[in-house]
Amino acid sequence: MLPLLRHTRYVLSENPVTGLAFGLFALFVLAALLGPVVAPYSPLQTDAASALKPPSAAHWFGTDQLGRDIFSRVLVATRLDLSIAFASVVLAFALGALSGVAAGYFGGWTDRVVGRLADTIMAFPLFVLAMGIVAALGNEVINIVIATGVINFPLYARVARAEANVRRDAGFVEAARLSGNGEARVLLGHVLPNIMPIMMVQMSLTMGYAILNAAGLSFIGLGVRPPAPEWGIMVAEGANFIQSGEWWIALFPGATLMMAVFCFNLLGDGLRDIIDPRQRT
Amino acid sequence: MSEQLLDIAELAKRFVVGGKKTAAEKISGLFKKGPAKPPTLLYAVDDVSFAIGRGETVGLVGESGCGKSTLVRLINRLLDPTSGSIQLAGTELTHFRARAFAGNPNRARIQMVFQDAGDSLNPRFTAAQAIAEPLRRLSKLRRDQIADRVNALADMTGLPRELLTRFPHQLSGGQKARVGIARAIAVEPELLILDEPTAALDVSVQVVILQLLQQLKRELGMSYLFVSHDLNVVRLLCDRVLVMYLGKIVESGPAAEVFADPKHPYTRALISAIPQADPAERVNRLRLSGEPRSPIDPDPRVCRFYGRCPRGEISCAATMPLLRPVGPAREVACHFA
Amino acid sequence: MTAIPALAVENLSVEFRTRSGVVKVLEHVGFSVAKGETVALVGESGSGKSVTAFAVMGILDAAGRVTAGQAMFGGADLLAQSERDLAELRGRELSMIFQNPRTALNPIRRVGQQIADVLTRHGGATRDTAPRLAIEMLKKVRIPDPERRALAYPFELSGGMCQRVMIAIAIACRPALLIADEPTTGLDVTTQAVIMDLIGDLAREAGMATIFITHDLALAAEHCDRIVVMHAGHIVETAPGPELFAHPRHPYSAKLLAATPGETVSLEAMASIPGGLPDLRRADLPPCRYSERCERRLDLCVQPLVSHSVGERHDVACWNPL
Repeated sequence: MLPLLRHTRYVLSENPVTGLAFGLFALFVLAALLGPVVAPYSPLQTDAASALKPPSAAHWFGTDQLGRDIFSRVLVATRLDLSIAFASVVLAFALGALSGVAAGYFGGWTDRVVGRLADTIMAFPLFVLAMGIVAALGNEVINIVIATGVINFPLYARVARAEANVRRDAGFVEAARLSGNGEARVLLGHVLPNIMPIMMVQMSLTMGYAILNAAGLSFIGLGVRPPAPEWGIMVAEGANFIQSGEWWIALFPGATLMMAVFCFNLLGDGLRDIIDPRQRT
Repeated sequence: MSEQLLDIAELAKRFVVGGKKTAAEKISGLFKKGPAKPPTLLYAVDDVSFAIGRGETVGLVGESGCGKSTLVRLINRLLDPTSGSIQLAGTELTHFRARAFAGNPNRARIQMVFQDAGDSLNPRFTAAQAIAEPLRRLSKLRRDQIADRVNALADMTGLPRELLTRFPHQLSGGQKARVGIARAIAVEPELLILDEPTAALDVSVQVVILQLLQQLKRELGMSYLFVSHDLNVVRLLCDRVLVMYLGKIVESGPAAEVFADPKHPYTRALISAIPQADPAERVNRLRLSGEPRSPIDPDPRVCRFYGRCPRGEISCAATMPLLRPVGPAREVACHFA
Repeated sequence: MTAIPALAVENLSVEFRTRSGVVKVLEHVGFSVAKGETVALVGESGSGKSVTAFAVMGILDAAGRVTAGQAMFGGADLLAQSERDLAELRGRELSMIFQNPRTALNPIRRVGQQIADVLTRHGGATRDTAPRLAIEMLKKVRIPDPERRALAYPFELSGGMCQRVMIAIAIACRPALLIADEPTTGLDVTTQAVIMDLIGDLAREAGMATIFITHDLALAAEHCDRIVVMHAGHIVETAPGPELFAHPRHPYSAKLLAATPGETVSLEAMASIPGGLPDLRRADLPPCRYSERCERRLDLCVQPLVSHSVGERHDVACWNPL
């Protein structure tokens, strides 16, 4: 444990931007966990008298058309957005990485089946496919997770397959077989841990994309429904008011969305540096 | 004979290369009459027979493409043979599929030390985890017993215990080699295959590792199959040596004798190629020109060495020379030995 | 001999700047290669033999710096040349071949074209004459069926053939000096013998000076005129092959010979070299980097080392030679 922490500190000191990303990530996680508790106002509470007020001391991000405090809504939305992103990443990883590794390791029919499945998904414009899945399964949050998971499957499968293919002939795989590991064990216990660093980067990038996806679906009315606070919906609602000059309604959720995606992208690189033992000295 | 530890008889492995049909060809083939064209085969290992006795070190020499890596993988059961038998102290190992062999009670009896120790160690496992792996999978020891055994193995192989928590990239070449050896002997195998275990090491480290291997063999009563292209090392370590060329064994016998008096022209060429500091030793040298024949669909009547052999007579292209005895414990596959 | 050597390296010192400190990879390295002579740089990993060659060729890693010394070649100091001038010399006067021939060649260019490239860049050939000349070079390195082979890609050729192609590229413009960095490590022993013979024949024919870098002492003794033994960035002994084998004067050379499998009769009689390489990042490295492992060490051994002659063309840098 101690060498891990020491290495983490080394990585962060070498690369301040990674440190920044970690810091931001911590903030986001805190917001997700504590948002509803520390929010100054209830995110659902309307107050017609205070509608469309610009940012002020009372309302840091201003209020929207129903008088709701935007800061509170952005804060509370963190939990929903992060959960959706996280769940879809886990789903995409579970489906994609496992089938990809099997395809890369075994080759043959496994490879063909997984390959064709991935090709079929990629034949669709991914966002349209996501829309279709949500529309077919119903307008629920869980279906956003499923949709995002499915459309990210090919990417994971492809990366996992390439990595497994390279490692298939490595000495340590043969050594693992000689040590009494059956093929499934070799795959899960020996090959998969080795591709985790690359998968980490993948997952982090996907998190960013998953948040965007969820926001995008909500933007067009699929998935999360009002009045639930969610960055995408808030941007959608705020878009109506930009022309009339109430820029804060769309800006703050939009900016937060951007920060989140930025943060996750940087996080991936930093995580890989920490996890990959080759980087340790 | 039950006194032999390992008995290989007429072992063969042929790989299908090219000749695989596309879907269109398969469909149109349904409408064709007459016998189907047989697939093109690569004869990686062709009718190999030999034995290893208890406590013996047998060397296997041959150059790239001779089939020794395939032979090794057949013997350690990572690959299934096309035909032939592999008997370990009477147990016929070809009865078990390679894919399922990991769970077989015989798995622990044959282990291997790899050529590139670095490549054979999982980069995400510490040395201790690597050594413990076969114990976790193949032995019935409890966790604390395994930990003790790992420490004992480290001591036995001269690996300082504090290095057990390190990852492969933090270890030197010699240290990685020791980890590989400790892992291989962990489950007390009867036969240890050593695939060029010192090829990547400096000379000074090589000496130590070879002496260690010699000592372990005596202490643990193992037999060794020592695969190497370095004939000097083979001469030092091995009781008997097998020379392989294009899938076949072309010569075998006690190491000292084969080196002093090679009978097959390929063996002579190999020994001639060993660099000699002393000009007086550079006698009777045979230099090979050209490239080896193709191992794909070879003509079964033509000697595999024909064309590169300085002596090539009509009989060489008419009848394949078989391995036959030319002295006590010596065999050669050449019409003129 | 009053003839000017093809290459004269004097007092070469090289440092590498790494995260964990400055590594003094080479110190006071000096040797010369006469025209037509073959000299072997022999040592274990970490001895600095490859770094010496890279420094002379001007292809040191970005972290490496030459801190002292000269490499006189054709009347000028290679270490003082600009990159532009060096680029002119490389390929034409000064050439190198590497280990792992298949990866040292450009994988997506036909081998004939790669030889032609050198000929047009440095050899004065034109786009029309180069292909023909390339095939001539392939014949010179004894590749059978050269017209067809010229059209092959490296992955289609065996290791031995790729090495021949690399040799062809290296000698295409008849350089005065060829550096061969472990050219046969990784090749089969029969191929190794043939390639070494080829390099020797070509060098003799052209009067080309050659530097062989290898860890194989016996190989060096068989194919080279003189052997330079290196340890931890120092040259410890220089002698013709048979002389070195018969009468090694430096304790390290003797131990290296004792550890070489071809030279001993039994495994028990062989001995490894005690201790390990010193950490070259230390500020307190002794002048003799072998002294801390040496059983013949005297108090005298803290003096800075001087190389002195102990026989014909036989030099050793030791205060207590054998």
